[in-house]
Amino acid sequence: MTDSLKLSVDRRDGVAVLYTDGYINNQGGEEIAKVAYELLDEGYRNLLLNLSGTKIVNSIGISILIEIIEKMIDIKGKLAFCNLTPTIDKTFHIMGLAQYTSIFPSEDEAAEHLVD
Amino acid sequence: MADSILKEVALTLDLAPDMEIEACEKACAVAELMGMSADRIDEVKMAMIEACINAIEHSEAADSKLYVDIAVLGTQEPQELRITVSDRGVGFDRKKLVKPDIEQKLKSSSKRGWGLQIIEGLMDKVTVASTGAGTSVIMTKTIAGGRAASRVGS
Ligand SMILES: Nc1ncnc2c1ncn2[C@@H]1O[C@H](COP(=O)(O)OP(=O)(O)OP(=O)(O)O)[C@@H](O)[C@H]1O
Ligand SMILES: [Mg+2]
Repeated sequence: MTDSLKLSVDRRDGVAVLYTDGYINNQGGEEIAKVAYELLDEGYRNLLLNLSGTKIVNSIGISILIEIIEKMIDIKGKLAFCNLTPTIDKTFHIMGLAQYTSIFPSEDEAAEHLVD
Repeated sequence: MADSILKEVALTLDLAPDMEIEACEKACAVAELMGMSADRIDEVKMAMIEACINAIEHSEAADSKLYVDIAVLGTQEPQELRITVSDRGVGFDRKKLVKPDIEQKLKSSSKRGWGLQIIEGLMDKVTVASTGAGTSVIMTKTIAGGRAASRVGS
């Protein structure tokens, strides 16, 4: 059985960090999207997805992440990712996603870039 | 050349939503036993997940089964892992598919269509055989990257 994704949010000055824990499949992706859109409604324009607790994603989950990226481009916000496993990082590159979002090794580096 | 089968395991599983993780377990265990690195096993797992999800989502297989064959290839030492994920469903014509493009997907209402591209990007060699009687995705990965199975001399 697959456990459902757990999500927590750290609302900081100028950036909201979403921590994922678990499999990003369709349900996991939907959960991330729901929370991300709530944060946009709250006025956040910079979102950081810290995937350190996620070891697997699937294409359906990634498609939902692409929807969020599209939305962020629309509103001129920024969505960044950090702490990807090598395989998830490689997958994002295979898809060409790396061109439309920023990927950072660590949260510190990402936060620095997002809140400038 | 990795030309003989050193070990082979065949599994028949029930196709059902969310069965993809379970379907990968045996293959990951075999990969670990043959000495593949954790990062490469992770890539195999992700590719296999995509092949399984495709069978779950698209095959419409009347028998509702997924057939997984796991083979360790090599001459004497394990050199390559070959995984075949098959279904007896409706099949598809790969030539009719449009290669996904991120720039276009960002604008399009359908963001899907990545699975096969991900499989090909993560595995060393991929063959998709599909007819009206079903689909087989044959994926191989060498035990290590680059000059794979060449043994380290002492
Ligand atoms: N086992 C299968 N049986 C029947 N059709 C398949 C099978 N695998 C793939 N296909 C067909 O090939 C198409 C492309 O598959 P691919 O995995 O690349 O994208 P997708 O499944 O549509 O979306 P995504 O993988 O991004 O979630 C599918 O939409 C489907 O039409
Ligand atoms: Mg797919």
